[in-house]
Amino acid sequence: MNTVEPKSKALQEFAGNLKSLPDRFRESAFRTGAPTTDRTRSTFVFGNVFLHLHAVRTHRWSLRWTTTLGLGIMSVSAFLIALVTGVMLMFYYKPYPEAAYQSIKDIHFVVPTGRLIRNLHRWSANIMVIAVILHMARAFYTAAYRRPREYNWLMGMGLLVLTLGLSFTGYLLPWDQLAYWAITIGANIAQSPREITDALGITEYFDPGGFQRLLLLGSDQVGAEALIRFYLLHVMILPLVLAALMGVHFWRIRKDGGMVRPLDADARLAQRRSEETYPVFTEAPAKTYQLAAIVRGRTAQTGRGPENTVPSMPHLFYAELGVLMLTLLICLALSLVSDAPLKELANPSVPENPAKAPWYFLGLQELVSFSAFMGGIGIPMIVLVGLGLIPYLDRETEGTGRWFGGPGGWPLVRLSMVVGLCAPTVIEAFAIRFGWLREWFPAIPQLVVTVINPATLLTAIYALYSLWCIRRYESVRSGALALFTCFLCGFLVLTIIGTYFRGPNWVFYWSPAEWPKH
Amino acid sequence: MTTNAKEPRSRLDPEPVPRRDWLGLSSLWAMGGALLFGLAGMLKLPKAAVLASPSKKFRVAIPENLPVGEAFVPPGRAVAVFKDTDGVYAVSTICTHLGCVVKPNAEGFECPCHGSKFAVNGDVKKGPAPRPLPWLKVTNNGGQLTIDEGTTVPNGTKVA
Repeated sequence: MNTVEPKSKALQEFAGNLKSLPDRFRESAFRTGAPTTDRTRSTFVFGNVFLHLHAVRTHRWSLRWTTTLGLGIMSVSAFLIALVTGVMLMFYYKPYPEAAYQSIKDIHFVVPTGRLIRNLHRWSANIMVIAVILHMARAFYTAAYRRPREYNWLMGMGLLVLTLGLSFTGYLLPWDQLAYWAITIGANIAQSPREITDALGITEYFDPGGFQRLLLLGSDQVGAEALIRFYLLHVMILPLVLAALMGVHFWRIRKDGGMVRPLDADARLAQRRSEETYPVFTEAPAKTYQLAAIVRGRTAQTGRGPENTVPSMPHLFYAELGVLMLTLLICLALSLVSDAPLKELANPSVPENPAKAPWYFLGLQELVSFSAFMGGIGIPMIVLVGLGLIPYLDRETEGTGRWFGGPGGWPLVRLSMVVGLCAPTVIEAFAIRFGWLREWFPAIPQLVVTVINPATLLTAIYALYSLWCIRRYESVRSGALALFTCFLCGFLVLTIIGTYFRGPNWVFYWSPAEWPKH
Repeated sequence: MTTNAKEPRSRLDPEPVPRRDWLGLSSLWAMGGALLFGLAGMLKLPKAAVLASPSKKFRVAIPENLPVGEAFVPPGRAVAVFKDTDGVYAVSTICTHLGCVVKPNAEGFECPCHGSKFAVNGDVKKGPAPRPLPWLKVTNNGGQLTIDEGTTVPNGTKVA
């Protein structure tokens, strides 16, 4: 009896260990247990490498849906969907002319669920572009770019440019007619500084345009070299840079104090007290509880508890998950309704007519149809620099965290919408009806057309109107409100004209039904 | 100049660079230089010494009875060949605006992408194109015409 017992004890222990294996494994992975108390809800966040980008507690103002409209999370969600479906597409896609076209055809018609995955990829990319633009508008109209968030506004602009770059590089990959001619136009826009250097007669010695085009295409025409370069940019370089910038962008949100909120946010929230909010510290702390760096002195948080906050788990995470699911739902619904297009195989000697860029570049294409350099490089650079300077020029505090906050407010935005919509419509109508300088004076030097054309005229009108607003309201923020609203409206009008009212040979038609048959 | 250790150092004497600072600074500069050098090398990478592109020269046989002012487009080429009493000439059909291939018609050329219009001789009549369509080099070797898409000639050069 005695001799057997130790052996069976070990065996019993072994069996017991085996039985409790799932529990032990769960414990080792999730060390702190279910998020049911304040403490475990906190450890749930900061004990997880992916979640600890969030603060453990979230201000109730940030959770109001009108604060952010969920647009930032929607952009990330669309990016994640595009990332997953993109990797799936890479199983079948071959980046070589003709083979590329055939492989997309295979994905569309042969690969099981290939069509759905391609549709999802395309729709999530489109949703991402829309969400990023709207997200920027939200950040602007709630004056969220102000100190200390100026730098994050710049990061956001970088993300906007990368998003557009990712979409555009993806446009070439199917190697159909649409792709081929869009890239031809894109590459020649990169070359358009020649418009200036040619006019000055220095292209022979200084040719940045030609260099940019060569860098993109790797050859003097759109071919296999160009395809592999766009592929590399699309699947490797741009996503990596985007992911890195995204990391900085999210981290800065937390470091800059979370979502922007008005000064009276706490007072306004107090009207609707939630049972979830209660004093976290029962006595005012004498030391900072946010001890990030050990330095002499007091921090702003000393003596105050995290009022009006709720645990991020579950409140914030469930909201974020909700937006992710909503984005997925939208993409899925669109993918089932509308297939991604695939035209004929690229034909270098016959352009598509009309050859249209992706929709978000059609506004630019409209500008480019007056001057390649101004529309394709000059004006976009002015817009980007202008947007980047806004947080550094507007140093006011009135209206931070409020929609359309600042002197002038919503009435000013409304007036700017009228100006922003009318100016491009009138200028376009004039140019379409009466033509422009080249038609009136065929021998006019190109430099004059480059400097004076509908695109620059529109920019000048917007700029002058904004200066007038600064003077009228005695506020830089008012000028920024006017300019940004004009920019969005101009983008809208030009995109609509480019999308719906331009037909073969870029001639104006009231509807595609009037297009000549050929 | 030697300094006597016993003598108190004048405050006008230059401060010698401490050895550690010197080591640190020199390694920093060496690193910066190496990075710049590497970057310069990487910048050369995207531009190959020989560009992958098909031959720009091609032979062409134009129809005997090509009417004056009508364009002949060799299949697969972005060139319009004309023939009149002075001789033969070739006009590039790549738009000088953004590189679309323009289409010849009775009055000249029309671009499908942004609406530029050109006269038969390549001059810009309308639209955003900044320059006239270039004329290409044509050589006549005993009746055998060769067109070089890579070489432009002054507009108006015709080959008998």
